[in-house]
Amino acid sequence: MSSQVNAVFEERREHGLLIGYLPLGFPTVDASVDAAVALVENGVDILEMGLPYSDPVMDGLVIQRATNTALEAGFRLSQTFDAVAAIRARVDAPVLVMTYFNPILQYGVDAFARDLAASGGAGLITPDLIPDEAKEWLGAAEAHDLDHVFLAAPSSSETRLSSATTNSRGFVYAVSTMGITGARNDVDSAARGVVSRLRDSGARNIGVGLGISTPEQVTEVLEYGDAAIVGSALVSALADGGAQAAGALASQLSAGKH
Amino acid sequence: MTNLRAQTGPYFGDFGGRYVPESLIAALDELTEAYELAKIDPTFGEELAHLHATYTGRPSIITEVPRFAQHAGGARIILKREDLNHTGSHKINNVLGQALLARRIGKTRLIAETGAGQHGVATATAAALFGMECIVYMGEVDTQRQALNVARMRLLGAEVVPVTTGSRTLKDAINEALRDWVANVDNTHYLLGTVAGPHPFPQMVRDFHKIIGEEAREQVLALTGGLPDAVIACVGGGSNAIGIFHAFLDDAGVDLIGCEAAGRGIDTLEHAATLTRGRPGVLHGARSYMLQDADGQTMESHSISAGLDYPGVGPEHSWLKDLGRASYRPITDADAMSALRLLSQTEGIIPAIETAHGLAGALEVGRERGPNATLLINLSGRGDKDMQTAGEYFGILDGAS
Ligand SMILES: Cc1ncc(COP(=O)(O)O)c(C=O)c1O
Repeated sequence: MSSQVNAVFEERREHGLLIGYLPLGFPTVDASVDAAVALVENGVDILEMGLPYSDPVMDGLVIQRATNTALEAGFRLSQTFDAVAAIRARVDAPVLVMTYFNPILQYGVDAFARDLAASGGAGLITPDLIPDEAKEWLGAAEAHDLDHVFLAAPSSSETRLSSATTNSRGFVYAVSTMGITGARNDVDSAARGVVSRLRDSGARNIGVGLGISTPEQVTEVLEYGDAAIVGSALVSALADGGAQAAGALASQLSAGKH
Repeated sequence: MTNLRAQTGPYFGDFGGRYVPESLIAALDELTEAYELAKIDPTFGEELAHLHATYTGRPSIITEVPRFAQHAGGARIILKREDLNHTGSHKINNVLGQALLARRIGKTRLIAETGAGQHGVATATAAALFGMECIVYMGEVDTQRQALNVARMRLLGAEVVPVTTGSRTLKDAINEALRDWVANVDNTHYLLGTVAGPHPFPQMVRDFHKIIGEEAREQVLALTGGLPDAVIACVGGGSNAIGIFHAFLDDAGVDLIGCEAAGRGIDTLEHAATLTRGRPGVLHGARSYMLQDADGQTMESHSISAGLDYPGVGPEHSWLKDLGRASYRPITDADAMSALRLLSQTEGIIPAIETAHGLAGALEVGRERGPNATLLINLSGRGDKDMQTAGEYFGILDGAS
């Protein structure tokens, strides 16, 4: 039983890691695979591939628009596995899938875990599934040796932070700010607080996300977190300039590592 | 089936729960705790009762409607008149309860979603009464078909934000309200308008509406000397229905019947018959029946009535359906509109289009059961807000085609 994600954290903790988010199927499935590969070739250590969903309550406009485009272009859940396998065939970085819960529930939680594991995926990040409701998913993740990343927020109590820590495998996702996805000028000072409280709860691998869009912010976040997670900024770059632009931004962001 | 009334959240059988981002859990915990304390605090109960007596206009009356009933197989039909409440629908019951609670936990900003605009109007009203800031999210499609209510909310001092994402109806307004809440949870209470959403909303909103059934049960007993054979209500998210059902849950002889919007027909793709045609899934924070495709993507619903145009339903209804304690039937746009006209012309009461779905259901149930049946119907709201839609539908506006 071993976590690909954990191994990458252990190997690169000293420099800090860059985690890049892109939605699968945007602008097309093939183009999203190419863009993901471009991120890894430009210094992204771990990929977070989002599954398009009709009601993405954690997402701001940039990601909403991209996932809507993917759905309108006919994205189907079953395409996830070939896409993950295609990314893994070209680059070595672990691929986590970020998804709202209902699509997984409808596919069948265990069946999804089985097919994700078979395609070489590393696990799931679940923005609307808290550990309290995750019994079935945790069972499936264990059965198929997958990572399970839960979120921790500035508003989370000590008990809840500790639950996020004990129930996560791979890393714990520290939400930097009280809000939804989208680039921000200032990465909240709240981020520092969540990370230090997560450390107190025993978390070893901590990724910090929401609002990070510049190399300076990556550097700043990596002073206290182990990984900086960038989403909307990469999605905007992809929307405006394709895989090449997304790769170029990844390369700049990557220079923010220590 | 003897103690269904005692059921509380977070779970109603396999349904309910809290499927929301972690950022919201602290607020939900705070709300749950404040609500549990308020429930046992006599002061809170007195404050709410006082508001209902002096502001809402409770208890609402019941009205027997014999001329309408002639079209329902001669069954005896009694209406619970939530349309006579201040602001024109049942929605005020829940809004005043939650606004009092919000004040207790120090929130100064109320946000709400609205479909028909009735919940938005009620929330804007409470915000005006309590001196709070108020933002109402409303699907762009609904701002057009319920333009009068948009004006009412603005006049009351609320900001109405048209939602232009997704299907631009109630479901998307809820998404937008949730996004606002995640970002502003420090000073903001999300005043959810129906018995859906994460715990504690389904239970709390039900509790604020169960006064409808409690009053009606006593009133019908006093009028007829017995309990009704069936209690009937329209179901969007399910708040007016659970409000009138709840007092009767443990009266095994009383059938509980919810009427969902079948839009252009349940064999088309244009309906909102969640319990008839949906399957269990997770939407807006709870596990419940919902309209979805094979991949779990929420499907767009359709109803002529903005307040029923929702692809989800509260978890307690899903539980009552699976238990067999309540049954749910689909009512088309056309049947609802003819029931609306029938009640108007036989009794001089113009119902909301939402409510008209329950009336159409009562016509069916009355014809099935015959003249010995007594039916209690929740007249959840009045039709003033719907005059544009109804006028166009019936072609009775001057200058209209
Ligand atoms: C008059 C009226 N009845 C019913 C509804 C449907 O909501 P619920 O099912 O929560 O009662 C609405 C919603 O806007 C309404 O305005």
